[in-house]
Amino acid sequence: MNAPAEIKLPEKIAGYKTFTLGEFTFSRDEYFVTVTWPAKGQRQSHTMSADAFLRAIMRDVAWGFFYGLVNFDAVFGTRNLYGKVELFAGRYNEAIHGAGLSYVETFESPKAMAKFKEILSDWVNAGFDPFAAPAETGNTVFGEKNGSNLEAIERFRVATKRMPGLEGDSPLRDDSNGFAVNRAFADVSQEEPEIKAERGFEKELHAFNLFKYLSRSDVTWNPSVTSVCRQSLFCPTTEEYILPIIHGNDRVEWFVQLSDEITWEVSDRETGRPRARLTMKAGDVAAMPADIRHQGFAKKRSMLLVWENATPDLPKRYERGDLKPWPVDF
Amino acid sequence: MTTYHTEFGSLKQYAKGTMEIINDNPKYYVYSNVFEVASNARPYEKIAVAKNLEYVIETIRAEGASPWMTCAHDEFCVLMDGEVEVEYVKLDKPEEVAPSGKDGTVQLKGEPKGKRMGTIRLKRGHQALLPKGAAYRFNAKTPSVLLQQTIKGDLTIEKWGEICMQ
Repeated sequence: MNAPAEIKLPEKIAGYKTFTLGEFTFSRDEYFVTVTWPAKGQRQSHTMSADAFLRAIMRDVAWGFFYGLVNFDAVFGTRNLYGKVELFAGRYNEAIHGAGLSYVETFESPKAMAKFKEILSDWVNAGFDPFAAPAETGNTVFGEKNGSNLEAIERFRVATKRMPGLEGDSPLRDDSNGFAVNRAFADVSQEEPEIKAERGFEKELHAFNLFKYLSRSDVTWNPSVTSVCRQSLFCPTTEEYILPIIHGNDRVEWFVQLSDEITWEVSDRETGRPRARLTMKAGDVAAMPADIRHQGFAKKRSMLLVWENATPDLPKRYERGDLKPWPVDF
Repeated sequence: MTTYHTEFGSLKQYAKGTMEIINDNPKYYVYSNVFEVASNARPYEKIAVAKNLEYVIETIRAEGASPWMTCAHDEFCVLMDGEVEVEYVKLDKPEEVAPSGKDGTVQLKGEPKGKRMGTIRLKRGHQALLPKGAAYRFNAKTPSVLLQQTIKGDLTIEKWGEICMQ
């Protein structure tokens, strides 16, 4: 039996505020987050671990709703309409959608973003970093409300115009600006390339140690741009444990495994039906087609190069069928 | 405290991953390995291992000296294995070699005309800018592997059926 259409939520549970956005409600307790939405004249609800919910909403905020679908899990998530954003519950879950119990509501992106940031500010306890691996941040996410960690949640995706380290571009990472070598990459060489520039060309020749840069990443599953060739973006990242979202593509993206190993579970974007499972090792390259959703699993922190095509009209071209969802025919 | 070992690949030692297909066409994943591709390549062949419309990532086996090359847009390379020196010359007339709008790497005929800009010595994991309008050539004493971020051009080789898992 579903809950009645109108429900009155307490203002706070276990010290955590309760939020509404449109017809959605969001509440958390010591362990869980519950989302509710209207369906067939009643309220439908869904529960997630607070840990999983906060890691997912953190990526959605940091990535500006990213490309395509950000599935927090098999039920709830967001779809980027680039300027607007859809919040959905059950829309991409075959059973819930088939039963007529799914719900989608569209918001201006800044409005949804502001609400998501409010949720993060209130629900992230002191000591919990949604970007960190579980071994690094422990279980401070659980329990009654205990302070906050604004420093962790206010990190933004690094914006690089051409290449880090160039004059006027994003900075490189070093001890001096707070980026220590991660425990899992203590054996990665920190030696920089040897640059011998002739007089007058000091600012035109440029190189840096990408593996050193990645070894000093203080976050997991959070790509940042390191080279820009028109709309082609190299977005390497370091990965440990589980990708906190199930990313539903609205374009083809590519993975180049730079070190170690990641397993990808790939399913159909619309229904969630499993399609493939890839275990990528160092040097492997694979495409993620435009009509899938995927989630990665890394048993040891690894370096992954995510390659994106930021051409603005791509989602519409795929939707119209102008482009095939796979990148090459052979 | 756990001691971690970071596993990189190389021409001498790499292990390819696996693909378990549940309900799909394996070709859609265009799955290859850059070290395997470079193992079977001739020096300085530019073999596409990833393609997204006009954009490509090429794998290059660097061995000895490459021809001089240039480009009408920025390119980037990441050294995945070995050691490579990149030599740069600022072209006096870049438009004559790679006119604006020309996509991808362009090979020069003979030596570049312009001012010497300098050199960069790359080791594993190093990334270098190959700036628009500059000529560059690679030199590797031992077989090495480069990834190049560029746009599909006249020198790009596509042989997906040979390099991809099926």
